[in-house]
Amino acid sequence: MSTVIDAKPATRKTRKARKAKELGTTVPVTAFMWLLAALYAFPLVWFLLSAFKPGSELFQYPLTILPENPTLGGFEKAWDRFDFLLYFSNTLAVATTTTVLTVFASAMTGYALAKYQDKAWVRIFFVCLLATTMLPTEVILSPTFLVIRDLGMYDTMAGLVVPSILTATGVFMFRQFFVSIPDDIIEAARIDGARETGIFFRIMLPMSRPIIMTLAIFSFQWRWNDYIWPLIVVGDERKFTLQIALRSIVGAENIDWPLLLAASVMSILPLVLIFIVFQKYVMNEDINAGLKD
Amino acid sequence: MTATAIRPETPAGPRKRPGRGRRAQYRLAPLALAGVSIVLFLVFFVWPGSLGLIYSFTDYSGLGTPNFIGLDNYEKLFADPTFYQSLTRTLLFAVFSVPLMYVMSLSIASLVVSSYAKGSSIAKVVFFFPWLISPIVAGVVWRWMFGESFGFVNYVITRLGADPLAWQTDPDLALMVVVIAATWGGTAFNMLIFIAALKNVPRAYYEAAEIDGANAWQRFRHITLPSIAPTSFLVILLSSLGAMKEFAMVQALNGGGPGTSNVMLIQYIYETGFKRADIGYASAVSMILLLILLTIALVQMAVNRRRSA
Repeated sequence: MSTVIDAKPATRKTRKARKAKELGTTVPVTAFMWLLAALYAFPLVWFLLSAFKPGSELFQYPLTILPENPTLGGFEKAWDRFDFLLYFSNTLAVATTTTVLTVFASAMTGYALAKYQDKAWVRIFFVCLLATTMLPTEVILSPTFLVIRDLGMYDTMAGLVVPSILTATGVFMFRQFFVSIPDDIIEAARIDGARETGIFFRIMLPMSRPIIMTLAIFSFQWRWNDYIWPLIVVGDERKFTLQIALRSIVGAENIDWPLLLAASVMSILPLVLIFIVFQKYVMNEDINAGLKD
Repeated sequence: MTATAIRPETPAGPRKRPGRGRRAQYRLAPLALAGVSIVLFLVFFVWPGSLGLIYSFTDYSGLGTPNFIGLDNYEKLFADPTFYQSLTRTLLFAVFSVPLMYVMSLSIASLVVSSYAKGSSIAKVVFFFPWLISPIVAGVVWRWMFGESFGFVNYVITRLGADPLAWQTDPDLALMVVVIAATWGGTAFNMLIFIAALKNVPRAYYEAAEIDGANAWQRFRHITLPSIAPTSFLVILLSSLGAMKEFAMVQALNGGGPGTSNVMLIQYIYETGFKRADIGYASAVSMILLLILLTIALVQMAVNRRRSA
């Protein structure tokens, strides 16, 4: 590339050399990154394209990347025979309810943990929550099931929602945020005669909007993709969530691949949509702030 | 909550002799705010946790009255070859997947952050995409890739002239597929954590090192790695704990197969507790797993502390 025409020969030479050296780094680094990106993307692309292949073409060698006779057969089957809509709405109801409750509970708890640290029990509860990240309930499956059963929550919506409300990550995200808010604001509000809870709901909660958004998206993803809770809480097929229903197709003696591929692809769509719309909250690099603590 | 009428000359606050109502409020407010979480913590963590500990000393089957049988469950457990198999399989999985996950997410994060990589904002989205995929669907995706007679991977292998590999029927190869799938699924979130850490390393360090003639690897080794050490610790801790709890993805990928050769601990607990209704025995396994997780966390914390001290 001959760019600068009126530059002196000497500077042109060094600039050219530097540019060549930079290009020598840019090309391999960029190529390597995109090679890895292709590796990460390929399984999904292959999966997505396969969902549009008719059953006969799925197992027919030689395999082709693009479907030769694209069809929506699998999707129709998922819609008609697999009761996709029922499982979809079950999952949507559970994920939405839990997310709203999680955000509120986490915000309140995070605030209490951040701003009342002079109380011993607050510090102890913080350590207790920290322990739940190390010793998660998945591990004590059977006793948890018994607790849910004894509370009369087996096979109910409440059983799916209530136990998942408390997440240490959510609480820590809010705690981290509220710790960074200066106490002066609270002191000023106190002098003005605001109630303690009023300070939280009127001043602090509105300030934490970015955290609310990020946690809401995260929580929705956790609940949408959750497998283990619905597995132990739900027995009735009419109350299955999508993940459990998908697992029942995979667990069958002969897997109905066209159905499985189509249903799986459809199950991903809501999250993809949310991701596209709220990307800046998801890819927000400060989300780990709460975890880091 | 009590009514608030504080005198203007007493600025409220914990240590500034607040009015009586104010003080009561200050005491009650955190309880009111964190109350829900405390109840949930007690009901869904402490209660099942204690039940599990108690049941692990009984022969409880979910119905009837549990009989206290002392350490029988634990004795049976330590003589049970299927328990050892699932324990070693889980540890093996962790030993392979955690380092792979660490290397992949750190390399990808470094590439995405690097100013030399073009189009990194789009690549970042591509790398992050697997985060959206549920463990069940991720298992299905990789089952489809590694199908023995129809999968893409074996198709490529046969086209290259080699024999297709037994990804589903060979226990070790099946475990490798689980490792690959887990790495693929876990990279996204760890990458995000690393990107934040890498962006926080002061530019000036690199510039100074470059002037001193340090090459790219030396800069990475002596500036980047020490600067992001706390993040590395976090990622390794979270992925080791996650690896010990692997369950859903394997359920869809091969169900712990072939046979029972890749049944990991959570699946083992699930099957003894729910399919065989041997809650006492399953609780004993849970307690052992809790101990393992606790040990992992404590050992890593100790190592981290010694290094930073």
